[in-house]
Amino acid sequence: MGPPDARGWFGDFGGRFVPEALVPACIELEEAFDAAWADPGFHAELDALLCDYGGRPTPLTECLRLSGELGVRVLLKREDLVHAGSHKLNNVVGQALLTRRMGKRRLVAETGAGQHGVATATAAALFGLECTVYMGELDVARQALNVFRMELLGAEVRPVTSGSRTLKDAVNEALRDWVATVDHTHYCLGSVMGPHPFPYMVRELQRVVGVEAREQCRALLGGDPDVVVACVGGGSNAAGTFAGFADTSARLVGVEAAGGAAASDGIPGVLHGMRSLLLQDEAGQILEAESISAGLDYPGIGPEHASLAASGRAHYEKATDAEVLDAFRLLARTEGILPALEPAHALAWVVREAGRSVPSGSTVLVTLSGRGDKDVAQVRELLAENREAR
Amino acid sequence: MIALEPWLRARRSAGRKLLVAYVMGGMCEDWVESVQAIAAAGADAVEIGIPFSDPMMDGPVIQQAGVHALDRGATPAQVIDDVAAAKLEVPVAVMTYYNIVFRAGHRRMAKSLRAAGIGAAIVPDLPLEELGQWAEAADAAEVATVLLVAPSTPPARVRRICARSRGFVYAVARMGVTGERETLGHETTDVVRRVQEVTDAPVCVGVGVSTPAQARAACEVADGVIVGSALVRRLLEGGGPDAAAEFVGELREALDVG
Repeated sequence: MGPPDARGWFGDFGGRFVPEALVPACIELEEAFDAAWADPGFHAELDALLCDYGGRPTPLTECLRLSGELGVRVLLKREDLVHAGSHKLNNVVGQALLTRRMGKRRLVAETGAGQHGVATATAAALFGLECTVYMGELDVARQALNVFRMELLGAEVRPVTSGSRTLKDAVNEALRDWVATVDHTHYCLGSVMGPHPFPYMVRELQRVVGVEAREQCRALLGGDPDVVVACVGGGSNAAGTFAGFADTSARLVGVEAAGGAAASDGIPGVLHGMRSLLLQDEAGQILEAESISAGLDYPGIGPEHASLAASGRAHYEKATDAEVLDAFRLLARTEGILPALEPAHALAWVVREAGRSVPSGSTVLVTLSGRGDKDVAQVRELLAENREAR
Repeated sequence: MIALEPWLRARRSAGRKLLVAYVMGGMCEDWVESVQAIAAAGADAVEIGIPFSDPMMDGPVIQQAGVHALDRGATPAQVIDDVAAAKLEVPVAVMTYYNIVFRAGHRRMAKSLRAAGIGAAIVPDLPLEELGQWAEAADAAEVATVLLVAPSTPPARVRRICARSRGFVYAVARMGVTGERETLGHETTDVVRRVQEVTDAPVCVGVGVSTPAQARAACEVADGVIVGSALVRRLLEGGGPDAAAEFVGELREALDVG
């Protein structure tokens, strides 16, 4: 997975569709990132932070009991063990370093489940930056604990009451903030989406997940896994994971929430600065995504995923809410790990496909992008509802 | 169809300051009558919003108007048909977001605008670099694509944008989304002057122009103003064609006295 073309296109997807007021800021960011990414000093600083502060490298955990149940060999890339609880820190530490290089003093971010918001608030505290996080009103209610965590970290959380009051509307509000504050504010986008250079930059900042996992797989297996699986909302953990395996023969699978499966059900369109696959109606109005996972409730996917789907290098599948809840409980019971609901989608697909499209005896790498503590209260309610329904 | 740029140039030559008034298509029962009243009250051109679910350039007032329009079942095709039926005696521009254009198809959208007598389009999330396919289709249909210059736009880019803009050049008064503001800052004057250095096309100021006094102040340097949120708010409050016409009359008077 290389860089996009000079205008930020991955094949037919990507680009930079932003109001004129934001074009200079996107160009400034592109130049700052390209310079930083070519600078060994930047990498040394980033790597040191990810190691000493973030806890990298994260382990590769072989799931013996789960593998025994499924008949396939399951390996987890443990991004849930990164500081602040998810892979999101990899991206925000890099963007916070860039913010400092660009001489800006404030971060704005969108968040769905709250993981990216918490990560951004964490990096802001670490770097002494101001931080405003936009979060859909519905998600604020679903993820009250994460809201409090962000506030403890010194961030201001602004509930978004427009539109569907979820992740897509939080992105709109963050963009509106950025237009007015761009002279001193960096938009710390949380996924491989948005206008160029964000999809490329965020994928590169998440590449560490795939690079580490590939080395660890080779040490453990003496080769590459047969299947590499990650969940996809915007798709940042999947992009980082796939980047380590795109030039191997591993089958790459992205798993979306069935209620927000833009790769499977979307059609080409333009939203949030990018051309990608989007859930939309006949007139081009964007539809609302809906699942139990706030982090996957996004009606699009990153443009590079749309391109990987078009080329056939990666395949995109769906998992239902019920399958996800079962997978969540299965991993907890068999391995003593509570996954976030987002990567529970990736696990759910493996559970469903083990012995089917994933033949028995295969080796499957799953990126466990975040820990499930944030979801425990919600899972408790959902299981109680299910019991009542029965 | 009334072509936008010659019309505005002629009025400017006659010593008139230009008033472009914005209404969100489909936002209320009597929006078409309101547009007709606005035209009769002294707007030199009208800008009609085609609602989009995710209007990232718009502040709360225009957002709310868009929600009302979508809730009332407004579609791009219906708004365009309604404009055609309104038989306005001033030029019309539509303002919408690129996904609406992309979904319809560039050529189909350009042709349908032309067929409805709509001579211009403003697509704020379609910057110069990505303009190609739409501009080609719009030019072929003789639909003028109005481009925006922002306070953050560097000089070399201002030149390229102005060279490609048709109809007029939309000078963004300040960094931010649409909405009413207390004051217009020096960046408004700066951006207008930078545009005027590289083009003799009409320059109209929008985003934050909300009162007759602000309109007059902006027109001390600019050729005209675009007023949206302040007018749309009056319609959201239920003022209807009368309130719209009264406000446009006040703006007209301020500009004429100016």
